[in-house]
Amino acid sequence: MITLEGITKLYRTGDIEVPALKGISLHIPEGEFVAIMGPSGSGKSTLMNVIGCLDLPSAGTYILDGYDVSDLTEDQLAWVRNRKIGFVFQSFNLIPRVSAIHNVEMPLIYAGDVQQRQERALASLEAVGLLARAHHVPSELSGGQQQRVAIARALVTDPALLLADEPTGNLDSESSTEIMKLLRDLNEQGRTIVLITHEPDIAAFAQRVVRLRDGIVVSDERRPDQTQVTGVAGFSPRLQ
Amino acid sequence: MSILEGLRLAVSGLVANRLRSALTMLGILIGVSAVILLVGVGNGSSIAVQQQIQSLGSNLLTVFPSNARAVGGVAQGFGTGSSLTLDDVTAITNKQAAPDVVTAIPSANGRAQLIYQNQNWSSSLTGTTQNFPSVRNYQLASGQFFTAADVDGSSRVAVIGQTTVTNLFGANDPIGQTMKVNGQSFRVIGVFAQKGSSGGFNNQDDIVVVPITSAWNYLLGGRGRNVQQIYVEATSASATTAANTEVTQILLDRHHISDPAQADFQILSQQDVLNSASQTTGVLTLMLGAIAGISLVVGGIGIMNIMLVTVTERTREIGIRKAIGARRQDILLQFLIESMFLSGVGGALGILIAFGLAPVLPLLVSALPSPIISMPSVFMAFGISVGIGLFFGLYPANRAARLRPIEALRYE
Repeated sequence: MITLEGITKLYRTGDIEVPALKGISLHIPEGEFVAIMGPSGSGKSTLMNVIGCLDLPSAGTYILDGYDVSDLTEDQLAWVRNRKIGFVFQSFNLIPRVSAIHNVEMPLIYAGDVQQRQERALASLEAVGLLARAHHVPSELSGGQQQRVAIARALVTDPALLLADEPTGNLDSESSTEIMKLLRDLNEQGRTIVLITHEPDIAAFAQRVVRLRDGIVVSDERRPDQTQVTGVAGFSPRLQ
Repeated sequence: MSILEGLRLAVSGLVANRLRSALTMLGILIGVSAVILLVGVGNGSSIAVQQQIQSLGSNLLTVFPSNARAVGGVAQGFGTGSSLTLDDVTAITNKQAAPDVVTAIPSANGRAQLIYQNQNWSSSLTGTTQNFPSVRNYQLASGQFFTAADVDGSSRVAVIGQTTVTNLFGANDPIGQTMKVNGQSFRVIGVFAQKGSSGGFNNQDDIVVVPITSAWNYLLGGRGRNVQQIYVEATSASATTAANTEVTQILLDRHHISDPAQADFQILSQQDVLNSASQTTGVLTLMLGAIAGISLVVGGIGIMNIMLVTVTERTREIGIRKAIGARRQDILLQFLIESMFLSGVGGALGILIAFGLAPVLPLLVSALPSPIISMPSVFMAFGISVGIGLFFGLYPANRAARLRPIEALRYE
């Protein structure tokens, strides 16, 4: 599904080149739920930008769903983002003046997929349990509901990868749990999810935790059996 | 993304900022209606001037003597020569030599000091022949014009204009009354209908017309049997050029002049006057349109300004759209349609306002001729307004399209 090979990213500030990623190699098979963790400055946001095709790596190869996306033009990247990736952001990033259903169907506008746009948007809203709120604008929804709308928008093009960047960062703990349960359910339905977070109890919902520090992978733990996770102290319960 | 989709996005974007969108449209609206109305006023005055000139007779040629040269060759004023005679007039009316001429009349001019009872008035005096009304396009309000017999017999009869009537006779009926013209008794036998200004300096209604022989014999003492102008009526406005050539040839022959450059007369056609007047009013119309056009450009800059603000305000939205798959051209299209929609709707409303104001304008400002709205100016103003939306929207839209998604998403 996702293969990163020796990905590096350099940022240039004036004459100084600052390496944000110093050679990341990672393979994420289809259907996996991976959490990428690390303190600020560890390069996890840069990695998320690269995985999300919002930015190109300086060097290295990135294969997403069989496509080599490490050397695409801006418009090709836009196509990949539209078809292959669903984004869930920390600050929801819904368009405020537009109702939930129109926010959800927006990726379909850019996909050129006019047929059954509304039906697909409604189905997507139903999948996150917000069908009743389809015609509300974001300001009429709670934080948790807004994030669900964002997840519905991410799912509407049926992408290969769901990329969640601190999806619970702006939510209270109750809403956070709801959102994480929703993501886990989606994963159980076979959706590949990459979660960027710095909170261990959020990362605990994932099957695999990749830790970054100073632009390199420092640990890569896989939990072979999810059921064991619930018993481990220090992690949030998998819900009783 | 389809155009329709873009339009939907643009409208939703504009509706989100109703007041701002309305004010921006107002700039274009005023510009478009100003262009249409001012060009209309220009057209209206152009047509008014043309009608006035045509009221003089658009098929009229005027023959003037050349400038006289005094002893030593000092040139005198225009038309001061005395090369034209009554025989010239007769020759011009010869159907064989001048098939494009209907008729011709001589004109001997002077001032007429008029006295009737205790009133006195000064009018311009014209001595001419019986064809004067048809050639000079004068109608009679009452009475009649003098006849060929009056001309032959030097009758002391006169036909006067409305201004002369008002000032000399007041409320009295002048027909049949005898007045003194330069001390000589003349009987008023007819009154001309109101003719209005010629657009020149002389009032066409302040005249006394008498048989040319009477003018020579009693009124224009000392100047001899002098013809100051010959008015030639061509068969139609389009025949004036041919008539001009014929009259020139006849007069050159009669005056024994072989080189036309040495001619002792000049011919001015009403068509020439009309053409030069049209040229003047055309320039006027163009100038009015250009001034109004400037306000359209100002409106366009207003659109650009607002679009730049909108792009900055919606940076984050642009980032979101790009993150979920909008290409450069999608963003470009969205903002271009938005600015063109602003200017297009503004332009359409401007056209409506212009049509609404056109009939009212002369009521508000009585000096203005009623604007005549020409369809080309309407289409042009609308096209230009949409074009302005395109032109002034291009820079902001391009700026939006080129935003990098990561930076746009981070924008607060």
